Amino acid sequence: MDVVNQLQRQFIDYSASLHREGFLDDQFTELQKLQDDNSPDFVVEVASLFFEDCEKLINNMARALEQQQGVDFKQVDASVHQLKGSSSSIGAMRVKDVCIAFRSFCEAQNREGCLRCLQQVTHEYSLLKNKLQTLFRLQQQILAAGGSISEWNK
Amino acid sequence: MKSQLSNHLTKKGGQGYYLTLHRMLSCGGGSGHCSKDMAVELGDEPHVLVVDDSLIDRKLVERLLKNSSCKVTTAENALRAVEYLRLGNDTLEGTVSEVNMIITDYCMPGMTGYELLKKIKESSVLKEVPVVIMSSENIPTRISQCLEEGAKMFMLKPLKRSDVKQLKWHLMKCRN
Repeated sequence: MDVVNQLQRQFIDYSASLHREGFLDDQFTELQKLQDDNSPDFVVEVASLFFEDCEKLINNMARALEQQQGVDFKQVDASVHQLKGSSSSIGAMRVKDVCIAFRSFCEAQNREGCLRCLQQVTHEYSLLKNKLQTLFRLQQQILAAGGSISEWNK
Repeated sequence: MKSQLSNHLTKKGGQGYYLTLHRMLSCGGGSGHCSKDMAVELGDEPHVLVVDDSLIDRKLVERLLKNSSCKVTTAENALRAVEYLRLGNDTLEGTVSEVNMIITDYCMPGMTGYELLKKIKESSVLKEVPVVIMSSENIPTRISQCLEEGAKMFMLKPLKRSDVKQLKWHLMKCRN
């Protein structure tokens, strides 16, 4: 079917650009390979969990950094550590890289540096969320048109 | 060959776990000795307990293991794992549906994976169950500490399919 082929082409190209631009790394590809007929929504599910996690952790960090009486950098670091872990597990490379820098600022107890990283991580998270939503929409369209996404994910 | 027949009624408890009838046999000879579960001999899937406070990582490891034909139980922290395994309760230890391997994260709030490992190794019933430690951080002292305490392997997160292949190989080796 022509429509399916077009959509699949779009999917492949979009996916490749996300990798090229550093939004996603090999770990995301690993996740896609784990998807099969038994768990067709695996990647979407994990991505949703990741976004929820991001929002919660970013809020925690913001609250901790707002404390006028003195920032508990250990608390901030704990949230960054968690976010670094989840972003690493899903293949969200740019988010993960910001977390690495963020941790250094926590260790140095540098509030300004931390605030900058918080801004960056929020920015990267929302960029990634938009891009993945686009990718998943394409995936849905392919499936709705009777196509498959699993064969060439491997 | 020493054999222990444990009889437990198969029942569906309120918490949803099953006590199973099984015979524990010990393999003779060799430097290591493993418990062989008759149900496992009949070709059942190995049962792995995954302990991690990260929901994403639990889901990931669970998927990896299920794709490798393993039965998976997950626990969100070490305390839940201790409860599930009935650690410290002499009469009930090992009565849960036989766990063939435990994979645990190192960094967890409350009891760490290392502390959980120690508890498992202290148990006369569960000490033979291979324990694998996972961590997102590559810290050599942490790794040697875990291996010295009896961890079968130490793996860096995120886990990949090649890691699970290695795990299964260890599981098979332990059975034979």
